[in-house]
Amino acid sequence: MSGSTTIDFRAVDNILEKYNYDKSYLIAMLQDVQGIYKYLPEDAMTYIGEKVDGLSPSTVYGVATFYAQFSLEPKGKYEIKVCDGTACHVRGSMPVLNAVRNKLEIKQGKLTSRDGLFSLETVSCLGACGLAPVVMINGKVYPQMTPDAISIVIDTLLKEERGEE
Amino acid sequence: MTFSIDIEAEQKKAQEEIKKQGLRVLVCAGTGCVANGSLKVIDKFRDLGANVSAMTDYDKMTVVPTGCHGFCEQGVLVSLPDEHVTYVKVKEEDVEEIFESHIKNGKPVERLLYVDPKTGEHIHRDEDINFYAKQTRTALKNCGNINAESIDEALAVGGYQALHKVIQENNPEGVIDTIVKSGLRGRGGGGFPTGMKWKFTAANKGGKSYVVCNGDEGDPGAFMDRSVMEGDPHKLLEGMAIAGFAVGADEAYIYVRAEYPLAIKRLKIAIKQAEERNYLGKNIMGSDFSFTIHIKEGAGAFVCGEETALMASIEGERGMPRPKPPFPANKGLFGRPTLINNVETLANVPLIISKGADWFASMGCESSKGTKTFALTGEVNNTGLIEVPMGTTLREIVFDIGGGIRGGKKFKAVQIGGPSGGCLTEEHLDISMDYDSLIKAGAMIGSGGLVVMAENTCMVEVARFFMNFTKNESCGKCVPCREGTKNMLKILERIVKGKGTMEDLDLLEDLAYTVKDGSLCGLGKTAPNPVLSTLKYFRDEYIAHIKDHKCPAGVCSAMKRIVINPEKCRGCTKCARVCPVGAIEGTVKQPHKIDQNKCIKCESCLKNCPFKAISKE
Repeated sequence: MSGSTTIDFRAVDNILEKYNYDKSYLIAMLQDVQGIYKYLPEDAMTYIGEKVDGLSPSTVYGVATFYAQFSLEPKGKYEIKVCDGTACHVRGSMPVLNAVRNKLEIKQGKLTSRDGLFSLETVSCLGACGLAPVVMINGKVYPQMTPDAISIVIDTLLKEERGEE
Repeated sequence: MTFSIDIEAEQKKAQEEIKKQGLRVLVCAGTGCVANGSLKVIDKFRDLGANVSAMTDYDKMTVVPTGCHGFCEQGVLVSLPDEHVTYVKVKEEDVEEIFESHIKNGKPVERLLYVDPKTGEHIHRDEDINFYAKQTRTALKNCGNINAESIDEALAVGGYQALHKVIQENNPEGVIDTIVKSGLRGRGGGGFPTGMKWKFTAANKGGKSYVVCNGDEGDPGAFMDRSVMEGDPHKLLEGMAIAGFAVGADEAYIYVRAEYPLAIKRLKIAIKQAEERNYLGKNIMGSDFSFTIHIKEGAGAFVCGEETALMASIEGERGMPRPKPPFPANKGLFGRPTLINNVETLANVPLIISKGADWFASMGCESSKGTKTFALTGEVNNTGLIEVPMGTTLREIVFDIGGGIRGGKKFKAVQIGGPSGGCLTEEHLDISMDYDSLIKAGAMIGSGGLVVMAENTCMVEVARFFMNFTKNESCGKCVPCREGTKNMLKILERIVKGKGTMEDLDLLEDLAYTVKDGSLCGLGKTAPNPVLSTLKYFRDEYIAHIKDHKCPAGVCSAMKRIVINPEKCRGCTKCARVCPVGAIEGTVKQPHKIDQNKCIKCESCLKNCPFKAISKE
C-alpha cells in the first residue's frame, strides 16, 4: 500500500501548521490529508506521528483505523456511498447496493472497481431519510434510488468519463 | 450591566429589512430538498427577477433559501408564508408557472398543491395540511421559515434576546433554576434532567470549564439535529452561550458528524456572523461574559455519540468510552468540568428563558415536559421531521401526521430509538410517547427516530440489520459487546438464511443478556434491544424462518426466488433490458428465463413486466 504514492511533505507540513501542531486536531489533520490523496498514505501517517508532540506513528494508525471515514487504500475518482441507514434499508437499499456491485464488478470486501475509477461503501445514515433509499456520489445526494435508477446514474458517469478522454 | 447592543432595536431593524423584501418566497435548501434540485429552483426564481410591483399587492419578491421544513418526502418545497400556501414537489420547470400564475396574478397553481393521501384533495392553506396542523413546533419553529445563513433573519424572530436577558439579570443560579423548573430532559436519548446536569457542572465553577454540544447524530433514521443545525443554527449557538453563562464556561465545542457537510458549513457561517456582531466571542454585547465556540468534525463512529467517547474524539483520540464516574461534570474534556448536551436540548433553552419555565412545563405530560421531535420515516405516507408535545400517541403520529401507511399496506410495527431501541406494535398504538411509558413498553425514545414498518418488512431481517450495525460500531473495548454482538449476528444470519434451529433462539436471548450486563456504555447495554423486542413481539416470524423455511414478509432473499411464468411471458424482452445484472435470457417472442445464480432479487423485472408474468415465490 505504501510507497505507491509519493508524499509531498510540504503539503502535510502546511496542514500541521494550520492546526498549530495541536494533537487534539489529529482527526482534522487526517481528514485534510485524505482530502488531498483520497486515502491515508502510510508515509503521511508516520510523518504526522513523528512531527506532532504527544503522538506516535502507532497512535496515528490507531485513530486512522478506528474511524470509518478513513481509508488506508486509495478510493476511486467517484466515491459511491450507498446509505444503509434504517429508513433506506427498509425501503430497499440492499438491492441498490447489489446492483452497483454487479454493474461495476466490485466483489464483496473490495473497495474499488478494477480500473480504480469507482469506490463503493455503505454508510449508516446520511440524514436524508425522507428520500430513502439514497446514494451519495462525490458529495451529491441521489434521492429515491432503485436498481434501475442507480444503473442509469452510473452509465451517465461512465459516459462523461469517456467523453473527457 | 451596560450593553453595547440594544437588542430590541436590532430586532426592529432586522424586521424592517424583512418587510422591505416584499413577498417572501421560501425555498427549502435543506439536505433533502437540495438532493431534489432546490438550488436550481432558487436560481430559476432569481432569474425571473425581483420586481413584480406592477401586477400584485407586493412591490417585489425576494427568494429566501431556508433550512429544512421537515417535509422532505414532498420536496422541493416552495412556500409563500404571506399567502399561506406551500407548493410541493416543485421542479425547475414549474417555477415559471408559479411566478406567472400565483405571484403575478394571484391565482394559485392547483396541481402543485399538497394532496391529502386520505381524501385525494388538494390542500389550499398550510394550516389545513395535516402534517403541519397536528404539530407543535417550538424547537423547530424557525426551521424552514428563515434564511439560516443570515443572522438578521434570526434576530428578526427574537434571536439572542434570551442570551441578552440572562446576561442582564446576571443570575446564573436563576438560569439553572429555570431549566430545572421547566422539566427539560436530555433529548439525545438518555432523558436525564438537563437542569441537574447544569447544576452538577456549575458546582465545579472557578477554573476552566467547557460546554460541549453533541451533534453526532449517529442513530440511523434520525435527522432532527441535522435540521436544527442547518435550519436555525443561531438558536443552537444562543442555547450554548446561555448554558456557558449558567455553568461558568467560556469555551465550547460542537461535535458534528462528518456526514453532515451542510450543517457544518451553516454552523461555521453562523459562528462567524455572531462573532462579528459580538453575540459570541470576547465580552459579549459589551458585558464581562466571553464565550467562544469551536466546531469539531467527527469521522464516522457511532459510539462517539456516547459522551465520554465523544470527548475522547474531540481530544483527537480513538472514540472509546470510559467508565463513569468520574462524570463529565467533574472531569470531562481535557480533564476539566464539562457540560455536555444534545443539539435539540440546547435548542430548547433560549425558548425556555424567553417564555419561562411554566410555559415549557405546560406542554407535554407529567414526567416528560415540552415537545419532542421525531424523524418519521419508512413505510409511511408523509415521511419527514415532526415536533409534537410529549405524550402524543403513536397513532396520532403515524396515522394523522404521517398520513397512514403507504400503498394501503397494513401497519406492522414502529422501530423507535434506532439500534438501541425496540419495536412497538399495533397494541402500542395508543401508548403515550414519553420517556417513561416507552421504557415500560420495552423501547426507548432515543433520539426520536421512528421507522414505520408494514406487512412487507421482515422483523428478523430488521433485527439482523441492527445487529450488523452495532457489531460494526462496537468500539471493541468490552469483550461481551465486541464478541457478543458478533455471535448474535452470526445466529441471526443463520436464521434469515433458513438455517437456524430452535436452540438458536435460546442462545440469542442468553447472549443478549450477557452483552447487556457486561458492557460499559450505552452502545453495548442497548445493542440487544432490537433482538429482544422482536423476539418478544414477533417470535412467530423467527419460528417461520426456522421451522417452515419461510419468510412471511417475503423479504429474506435466501428463501425467495423470482420466476417467469412461461405461459404468460410473451417474450417482449423488457425484463432482460431492465435487469441490472443480465440474469435474464431469452430470444424475442419466446418465453424468457431467470438465471437464479445471477439474480440479485431486486425485482426490477417484476415491476416492469407488462404481462404480469413474473412473480416471487
